[in-house]
Amino acid sequence: MTATPLVDLSAICKRFGGLEAVSNASLTLYPGEVVAVLGHNGAGKSTLMGVLSGATPCDSGTVRIRGETVEISSPARARALGVETVHQQLALIEELDAVANLFLGRELRTRFGLLDEEAMEAAARDVLGRLNPRFTQLREPVRNLSGGQRSTIAIARAVHFEARVLILDEPSAALGPTEKRTVAETIEALRAEGIGIFLVSHDLHDVMDVATRVVIMRAGRTIGGGNTADLSHDEIVAMIVSGGPDR
Amino acid sequence: MSPPLPPRGLRALEIEPNVAGIGLALVVAAIGFDLATGGIFLTPRNLSNLAIQSSVVGIMAAGMVLVIGARHIDLAVGSIVGVTGMAAAVLQVEWFPVDAAWGWPLATFAALALGAGIGVWQGYWTAYRSIPSFIVTLAGLLIFRGLAYLWTDGRTVAPLQPGFERLGGGFDGAIGSTGSLVLGGVAVFIIAGSTLRRRVDRRRHQIPTRPLWADTVRICVGAGGILGFVAVMNAYTLPRSDIGRGVPIPVLFMLATAIGLDGIARRTRFGRHAFALGSDPAAAALSGVRVRRVTLATFALMGLLAGLAGVLTSARLGAGTNTMGTLAELRVIAAAVIGGTSLRGGSGSVVGAVLGAVFMQSLENGMVLLGVSSALRQICIGLVLLLAVWIDSATRGRRTI
Repeated sequence: MTATPLVDLSAICKRFGGLEAVSNASLTLYPGEVVAVLGHNGAGKSTLMGVLSGATPCDSGTVRIRGETVEISSPARARALGVETVHQQLALIEELDAVANLFLGRELRTRFGLLDEEAMEAAARDVLGRLNPRFTQLREPVRNLSGGQRSTIAIARAVHFEARVLILDEPSAALGPTEKRTVAETIEALRAEGIGIFLVSHDLHDVMDVATRVVIMRAGRTIGGGNTADLSHDEIVAMIVSGGPDR
Repeated sequence: MSPPLPPRGLRALEIEPNVAGIGLALVVAAIGFDLATGGIFLTPRNLSNLAIQSSVVGIMAAGMVLVIGARHIDLAVGSIVGVTGMAAAVLQVEWFPVDAAWGWPLATFAALALGAGIGVWQGYWTAYRSIPSFIVTLAGLLIFRGLAYLWTDGRTVAPLQPGFERLGGGFDGAIGSTGSLVLGGVAVFIIAGSTLRRRVDRRRHQIPTRPLWADTVRICVGAGGILGFVAVMNAYTLPRSDIGRGVPIPVLFMLATAIGLDGIARRTRFGRHAFALGSDPAAAALSGVRVRRVTLATFALMGLLAGLAGVLTSARLGAGTNTMGTLAELRVIAAAVIGGTSLRGGSGSVVGAVLGAVFMQSLENGMVLLGVSSALRQICIGLVLLLAVWIDSATRGRRTI
């Protein structure tokens, strides 16, 4: 591992009104790592990831990306820093087609400033075809596509723009078995390229095969974790449930 | 990987269903009224009047597509017409020297700026203060109507400068037959050029193109429509002469607005983002759409177009009055909805909305020719609105285009 982590979150706090969703949580991610963030529903996993993805900017704490302290105030800012997210609900626009969704917020434009539909369609065909060779409905509104096709678009959107950090928030929630396998293969390929990946889940089975490290969250805090290879399934469950392996 | 098949049959023409529907309704209405009125409806004179009558609502309906597409509403457009039309009148008559050549152009510019400024005001309260646009613009409806009245104590401001009145399409208010032919020719050239350019671009990116016959049909229909329209406008001659009037100036503004807004809606990042946030604000924000900025911009654009409509209204009346634009918001929203814009946000067609405005005006115009009373005309147009939305929602599920 290199000395500088890709992502270094330290002492992050985030409140929603009276509820302290994340309190003093810290987390690092190195290139080529797949870190599973585990915990019960409401443990603060998605909120902590939201701090990194720009969806829920933090109240206090430090966010460093490749050693530099940054303020991630919006999803657009996170993307500009190379942090891509596949959201639990996929965050696709039903009325727009696959091409428009893929490039939403980062449209390619001609020299006249107009949308370059041809270039976007060609690029979309390539990236979507690589993830799912059977994907040909580029110009169909997303509303008419299947769950698997939608998740293909969401993943394509995250990997097409040279991400350095990828956040997959509950990726299996919207996926069928085929897509789950595609996701696992994609994760492995990206990891090999040196991209760091956070995998948020409350289902241990989904992550044990692909994660290199696990981090456990409970009541808004990061309470422990370790390399997947060093931990047994039961030890992890014990941490999720009771807050520590021997407590 | 198997390449997607190019579309076949009629689908290859890629006609928007909304536009096809309203276009068809328009043709049926025109033929029906022409038969019922014994050939008065489809005369160059009536069609020229109809086009002028449609332009104010048509211009605003084009902007309303983006506002409604962004899941907002602007109830204040009628009042903006009132205050901006009044501004144009007061400035050129009372503030500027009466005989100054720059009087009416500057007054026009100021009225447009006022409209855009009001749009920014409404957009600010909606986007940055999170007040529902229904409330913001309901307040605007009252505020700006009141301001227009207060400004002149309810007086009517007239007469306006002749150059300004030309904008309304009255005396000398068209661009002449030669100008119309030249503009029509340029438009045909642009349509053909852009269609062919798109073909070349798609080939270059190895994306399936429309069949050649479909592109040919689209170009021919477009060119035929444009040149046919110019021919009709040129066939309406000046009194006691055979000099064609050509396209009336307000109609020119409507056509330019329709083309410009259609381009903004379908070919710019701003238009795409407006519809995206109307479809799903949360998902759009997560995708990097700057929701507040885009919302502000849609209202600013709507305000600018309402300002243009205000200018055209006072120019047509030859005066600034206090009733200008009253209830226009309802006609504008109805035109957008008849043209296939969904009040749920996320989708809409500028061309459909402008055709919707022309369609509503055709009903009005045709029924007037038939001597139908104003009360009955209102009932009919109300029923048509209901019917249009019902047809739209009933067929939406089955559409596969």
